[in-house]
This record gives sequence, C-alpha cells and structure tokens, in this order.
Amino acid sequence: MDFNFSEEQTMIRDSLARLLRDQYEFETRRKVSESESGWRPEMWQQFAELGLLAAPFSEEDGGLGGGALDSMVIMEEFGKALVVEPYIPTIVCAGGFLKHAGSPAQKEEHLTAIIGGERVFAFAYAEPRGRYDLADLETTAKKDGDGYVINGHKAVVIGAPWASHLIVTARTSGDRRDKDGISVFIVEKDAKGITTRDYPTVDGRRASEVYFENVSVPADALIGEEGKALPLIERVVDEATVAVCAEAMGAMGVAHQMTVEYSKQRKQFGVAIGKFQVLQHRMVDMFMEHEQSISMTYMATLKLDEDEETRKKAVSAAKVRIGQGGRFVGQEAVQIHGGMGMTDELAVGHYFKRLTMIDSEFGNVDHHMRRYTALTAEPVKMAAE
Amino acid sequence: MNLEFTPEEIEFRKEVRAFIEENYPQHLRGVGAREDLSKEYMLAWHQILGKKGWSVPAWPEKYGGTGWTPTQKYIWSEENARMDTIMPLPFGVSMVGPVIYTFGSEEMKAKHLPGIRDGSVWWCQGYSEPGAGSDLASLKTTAVRDGDHYVINGQKTWTTLAQHADWGFFLCRTDPNAAKPQEGISFILADMNTPGIEVKPIKTIDGGHEVNETWLTDVRVPVENLVGKENEGWTYAKFLLAHERSGIAGVARSKRGVEKLRQIASTEVLDGKPLIKDDDFIRKIGQLEIDLTALEFTELRTLASEAAGKGPGPESSILKVKGTEIQQRLTELTLEAVGHYGHPYFRGFPEDGSNEFPIGPDYAHQAAPTYFNMRKTSIYGGSNEIQRNIITKMILGL
Ligand SMILES: Cc1cc2nc3c(=O)[nH]c(=O)nc-3n(C[C@H](O)[C@H](O)[C@H](O)COP(=O)(O)OP(=O)(O)OC[C@H]3O[C@@H](n4cnc5c(N)ncnc54)[C@H](O)[C@@H]3O)c2cc1C
Ligand SMILES: Cc1cc2nc3c(=O)[nH]c(=O)nc-3n(C[C@H](O)[C@H](O)[C@H](O)COP(=O)(O)OP(=O)(O)OC[C@H]3O[C@@H](n4cnc5c(N)ncnc54)[C@H](O)[C@@H]3O)c2cc1C
Repeated sequence: MDFNFSEEQTMIRDSLARLLRDQYEFETRRKVSESESGWRPEMWQQFAELGLLAAPFSEEDGGLGGGALDSMVIMEEFGKALVVEPYIPTIVCAGGFLKHAGSPAQKEEHLTAIIGGERVFAFAYAEPRGRYDLADLETTAKKDGDGYVINGHKAVVIGAPWASHLIVTARTSGDRRDKDGISVFIVEKDAKGITTRDYPTVDGRRASEVYFENVSVPADALIGEEGKALPLIERVVDEATVAVCAEAMGAMGVAHQMTVEYSKQRKQFGVAIGKFQVLQHRMVDMFMEHEQSISMTYMATLKLDEDEETRKKAVSAAKVRIGQGGRFVGQEAVQIHGGMGMTDELAVGHYFKRLTMIDSEFGNVDHHMRRYTALTAEPVKMAAE
Repeated sequence: MNLEFTPEEIEFRKEVRAFIEENYPQHLRGVGAREDLSKEYMLAWHQILGKKGWSVPAWPEKYGGTGWTPTQKYIWSEENARMDTIMPLPFGVSMVGPVIYTFGSEEMKAKHLPGIRDGSVWWCQGYSEPGAGSDLASLKTTAVRDGDHYVINGQKTWTTLAQHADWGFFLCRTDPNAAKPQEGISFILADMNTPGIEVKPIKTIDGGHEVNETWLTDVRVPVENLVGKENEGWTYAKFLLAHERSGIAGVARSKRGVEKLRQIASTEVLDGKPLIKDDDFIRKIGQLEIDLTALEFTELRTLASEAAGKGPGPESSILKVKGTEIQQRLTELTLEAVGHYGHPYFRGFPEDGSNEFPIGPDYAHQAAPTYFNMRKTSIYGGSNEIQRNIITKMILGL
C-alpha cells in the first residue's frame, strides 16, 4: 500500500498551484466568470503548456503516461481556486471516451487537438426528463445510409458555450430506459440542425440547452460499438464523478480553512468567535468531513480500473460521502461567517454554491445511495456455528 | 383541550378567504414575495389591507388592531399563505410600530402609526453594525445632543431593503461612559432623506440586492425623534426583538411550501415514475411535514399562553430555530427535486417574455437562488446559535 504521489504528480500539483495563485485569485475568477465569454481560452493554453491536458493520457496517445490520479491532483487544485474552465468535459469525458473506445483515426483527429489545447468539448448526456439515469434517453440517432440522423434535446450541457465539439449520447434502438440500444457520437457543435441556448449557471460557469433537429453525422462519428455504449458511458461518467469528487475535496478544504481563519479574527462579546465551543466543534466536524472526503476520493480513484461492480460501489460510496460532506461544510462555512457569509463579495459563499451544485452533478446522494445499495443488497447466510 | 374550529371561526375563514380572493391584486397573483420586486408591488397588499383595517391585526384595538383571537390570526396567516400574498413587511408593522405605541409619546404615535397602518411609509431597521452583530450591545454609532437635535455618526449594516425606506429606526450610543454597554443606548427614528444618510447596496450570494450598508455622517434629527427615554433604548430594542422572533416561525408559509414541493415532485420524473413515488424522496417530504406539524403545535401552544397574558418568552427561540431549519430544509429539497435545472441562473437574463425555447420548468428557476438566500434565516433575527444560548441561560439556567 502506498498513498504517496509520484514525482510527476507532485510537480504538476506544485506548478498548477503556483499558476492558480498568481493568475486565478478570487477577484480575477469573479471578473472572468462575469465577463461576456465567462472563461479564459488563454488560461486553457497555459494548462496545455503545463501538461495538464496531456497528464492522464498514455504516451502512445500523445500523453504523459498518467491516469486518473493525475486528474485527481489537478481537479483538487481546480476545486481550491473554483476554476471554471472545462477540464472534466474535455479531458475526463471526451478524453475518456476516446482513450477507452476511440478508433486510431478518431484519436488522431481529436486527442491530439485536445491535448494541444486547441479543441474543447462538452458532454451532452443529460435530458430534461432523464434525471441521473444515463439510459433514460429520448434523443435518437437513426441510421441513414452510412451515417446517422440525430434528434433530441440535451439539458444543462456544462461548458457547451465554449466547446467546438460535443460528445452526444443517443438511442439507436430500443425504448426509452432500455439498457441496450445506446450509442455515443462526436458531433461538431456548428453542425447543421443544432441550436443552442447559452446561459450562466448559479455557480459561475456556463451551460447550454442543446437542440438537435435532423442533425446528420457520418459513420465515423460513432465512438465504440453501435447500441452497446452504456457500459462505456457508465465507466466514463464514473471517472468524471471521481474527478468532481476531487474538485469538491479541494473546495471543502478551502471553505474549512477560510472559516477557521475568520473565526480567529472575528470578535464578538469581546472574544474571537472561534473561542465558542459550539463553533469549535462544528469546525472540527467540517475538518473531519474534509478528511473523510479525501479518503473516499483516493479510494474511488484507485478502484476505477477494477471490475465493474467494485468500481461502481467505490464511486457511488465516494459521491454519497462527498455530497453529504460538501453540504455540511458549505452550510456551516456560511453560518459561521454570519452575515458576511451571505455576501457575494466574500469568496466563501462561492465555495458554498459550488459545493451545493456538485451534489447534483453526475448523480446526487440519493442516486448513488440507490446504486450502492442495489449492488450490496444480496441477503447473506448466517455463518455456520 | 380540543382542536376543532368553532362555527364562528369557520365563518371567519370564509370571510377572509372571500376577501383575499376578491381583493388580492391580479397582477401580483403567482408572483410571490421576492426582494427584487418594486416598492409599489411590495406595498400594494399592505395598502389594501390598510383600507380594510386588517394591516396590523396584532396591535391593540385602540391603535388599529383587529382584536382577533390567536385562532383567527392563525386562520389569517393560512389564508394569506394559500394565495402566496406579499404581506406587509415586518419593519413597520411588527417592529417599530409596537415600540412606538408602547413607549412613544402621543405626538409620535399620531405622527407615525397612521403611515405604518396604511402602508404609505416604508421603515428599515438600523441595529447591526460591522462590529456589532450577535453582540448588538457593542454598537458604536453615536448620537450627541446639540440643542434640540441629535447628531448621529456611525455605520449600520445589513439594513434590509433600506434602498426603499422612508424612515429608519436606529440604535445609537448616547452615553459613552455608561457602566455597562447595554446602558447608554437610545432608540432614535430618522427620516431617511435627512442629509448625511447614505445607503450602499450589498449583493448577496443569490445575486440579489436585499441588504445595504447605511452610513450616517453628521445626521441631524430633532430630539422629538427619540423614542421613550434617553439611554433606555436597550429595553425597547429587546422588546422589539422578542416581537420579531415570534413571527419568524412561518408555519403557514412553510405548509404552502410543502404543498408546492409535492406538486414539483409529482411533475419531476425518476425511473419513469413521478419523483413523489420514490421512497427516498417521499420520506424526506414526510420527515419535513412531521417536523412542521411539531412546530405548528408548539406555536399554537405559545400563542395560547400569550393570549392568556404571558408575553413572548424565551420559548419563542424554539420557534425561531425550528422554523428557520424547516424553511431551509424546504428550499433544499426543492432544489434537490428540480435536478439538473437547478443550475441555470436567470437573474438579469432575458427569460421572461422571451420567445426562445424555455430553459427548464418555471418552478426550477428560483430553486437554487432561494436555497442560497434562505441560509440567512439561521443568521439574522438573532442567529440560531444565539437562540440556543438564550434557551441555555433563560430556560436551562446554565
Ligand atoms: C467504560 C469506561 C471505561 C473507562 N476506562 C478508563 C480507563 O481504563 N482508564 C481511565 O483512566 N479512565 C477510564 N474511564 C474514565 C473516562 O476517562 C472518564 O469517564 C472520562 O474522562 C470522562 O470523565 P467523567 O466521567 O468524570 O465525566 P465528566 O468529565 O464529568 O464529563 C461529563 C460530560 O461533560 C462533558 N465535558 C467535560 N468537560 C468538557 C469540556 N471541557 N467541554 C465540553 N464538554 C465537556 C463530557 O464530554 C461528558 O459528556 C472509563 C470510562 C468508561 C465509561
Ligand atoms: C439577509 C440579512 C438581513 C438582515 N437584516 C437586518 C436588518 O434589517 N437590520 C439589522 O439591524 N440587521 C440585519 N441583519 C443582521 C443580522 O441581525 C446579523 O447578521 C446577526 O445578528 C449576526 O451578526 P453577524 O452577521 O455580525 O455575525 P456574528 O455575530 O459575527 O456571528 C458569526 C457567527 O458566530 C456565531 N456566534 C456569535 N456569537 C456567538 C456566541 N456567543 N456563541 C456561539 N456562537 C456565536 C454566530 O451565530 C454566527 O454563526 C441581517 C442579516 C442578514 C444576513
């Protein structure tokens, strides 16, 4: 057993932390998030130069030979600085589909551009009525000659306003909610028949509603096997879930730290409020939630490449814990800051908002608790005397 | 002990319901209270109630109160909640009004009570300061006597909706040498148009403009604006806080909120079935409703003992703590219910009246901002930690 980071991972963490400290302080983040475009393509370039976009890909694929642990390190730092740029959609999701199931030609075409920072993706999987069920799809892709024609509506596609390409899940056969008959496509966002409605999100990012009306895509837009994509989608979404857990653990740590600092400085009744035991214990509980979140994120990251059942259990367990811990840490951070916690001016409220919204990304506590218990609800025999 | 309504009470409910249905302005229906509404919107119902004589039910009858029993007041809140009416703001009706009729001079009553009743004057509360939140008695704003004026200097903060206020009530230090910080504080009214008062917006995490900094620089107010006696302001301030707390449980509104949550959960889909059919989710609604029932009956018991002549006591801290926890939980479950559509942010966004495709269902649009905003309820009105400290001291005797 070894919980140490490799030299490369430590280097990535240090240089990324330095970059974010210098160029991503809270006021800059606010300005960027409120600007017309809502992100910084030049920051993305710097991420590329630091090797962040190459880190989790194998050397054959043009990467640095790392994996999910590298993404975890990166996402934790992103969580600390509330980074808005679309690392999960582009690197973890699009990158994940390509690395697990992309043909050599697809990798050649897309991975190189992704790693170079020239191409940004969004992951269009959620639908207005599907909630967190990845198989509950009303979007269809019908065979048409060699290619496909896509129709449907994808909801709250995070990062879509910045993307040139979309990964789209769609039904090629079967009924809504069937496990079979699901396929994954790479679609250019400016393809004929796509309309988008872009908007800001409550936690300072951007998203779109994406409508497909008779969008024709060629045969080689399909990633993996037609109609058999659900296990692939589940795997990539699990990887994305762990990445967002890592982001949450970064954000929780900062929210906790800020609260402890504030409680040392803020005086009421002639003493620092950190002297009140009821607040001390609450901050201790925040600390424990943060520590447990780190443990669960490590655990789930390390189990991503195990068999499907082990992976699903691990990821769901982590997301449940992170959902609960993030809620507690966010709410208490605001509460202990008093009125100041309610202000847009202070960063702490923005950590609270991000932590709140992370719960509903890639499945909330209830969703993952259901998945976890479904995998563990087998009755067991009483041990023989 | 019994829970039945008398025939008179049932009749009263009918009368009230009919009045609200006939008189609640059409353009406000379905709008709901929100801090970004215009002053006109927020005062409209107050003004109609003023004409009817129902704007200040809790006041003594000689000042315009309705003389309703606790049960009638309970029915009144329920019927208003049923229609999601935008009720009179508390600052005049529940806060400064009772202070003025209890401690103010006859001239002061004559001058200020009519405007509070009819909803023509908007009040704001100038208690908190940057350095004086939970420890309110440490406030530093000073009022110095100069002939027949007080000259006020200092900074108040978190002043709710002061951007619309015509008048404010301020706690100011008039005796800097008093033996205890609670002594030497006075309760002073000020016209918000007085030179030297400057109101600056504070943006909150939900993106709204609900609170303000209120700066006071050499603000001259006539000595008649002092309520009661100089240096006795703390007594009045505490009297007001007890009143503020007793209205804070918000039972009728939360019941209405649960009803709306049930509607949303009946519309949202999980695994091809309405979300309300999901065991996990319906249990959370059930838990919330059970907690709300407990609060409701605690409030009814409190009201009954108030009617029997006991003023709002430290028990009202229970109503504040439990009431706000329920309000927060309600908004949390609503956000959970709307799933992905909690993410879009609509403030200042051309959604209303837009011909483009709608972004998610209407009921989802305010779910996240409302949840964020409601975090305030365990902070203001004496934070929930302070309420627990009050129970610790006053009830447990620790
Ligand atoms: C089953 C059992 C086995 C034990 N075994 C051993 C042993 O092997 N060796 C040994 O030396 N002792 C042992 N103890 C004793 C144990 O260490 C004491 O019970 C413990 O230190 C608490 O002291 P107390 O019982 O006097 O409770 P008190 O100290 O009187 O505490 C009463 C309550 O007040 C709380 N409290 C006290 N101080 C504070 C504070 N500053 N802030 C907040 N809350 C506070 C406590 O948490 C507790 O809830 C054992 C006790 C038990 C129950
Ligand atoms: C949206 C909003 C609207 C408001 N409207 C008004 C208004 O109109 N007029 C007005 O005058 N004020 C208003 N307030 C101010 C409100 O009353 C204060 O925010 C409140 O009293 C808390 O003070 P504070 O913000 O300075 O927090 P602090 O007092 O600094 O408290 C910070 C934290 O420490 C805790 N704490 C403090 N003392 C203790 C203790 N002894 N034991 C344990 N814990 C403690 C608190 O509970 C809190 O969690 C409003 C506040 C908000 C958020």
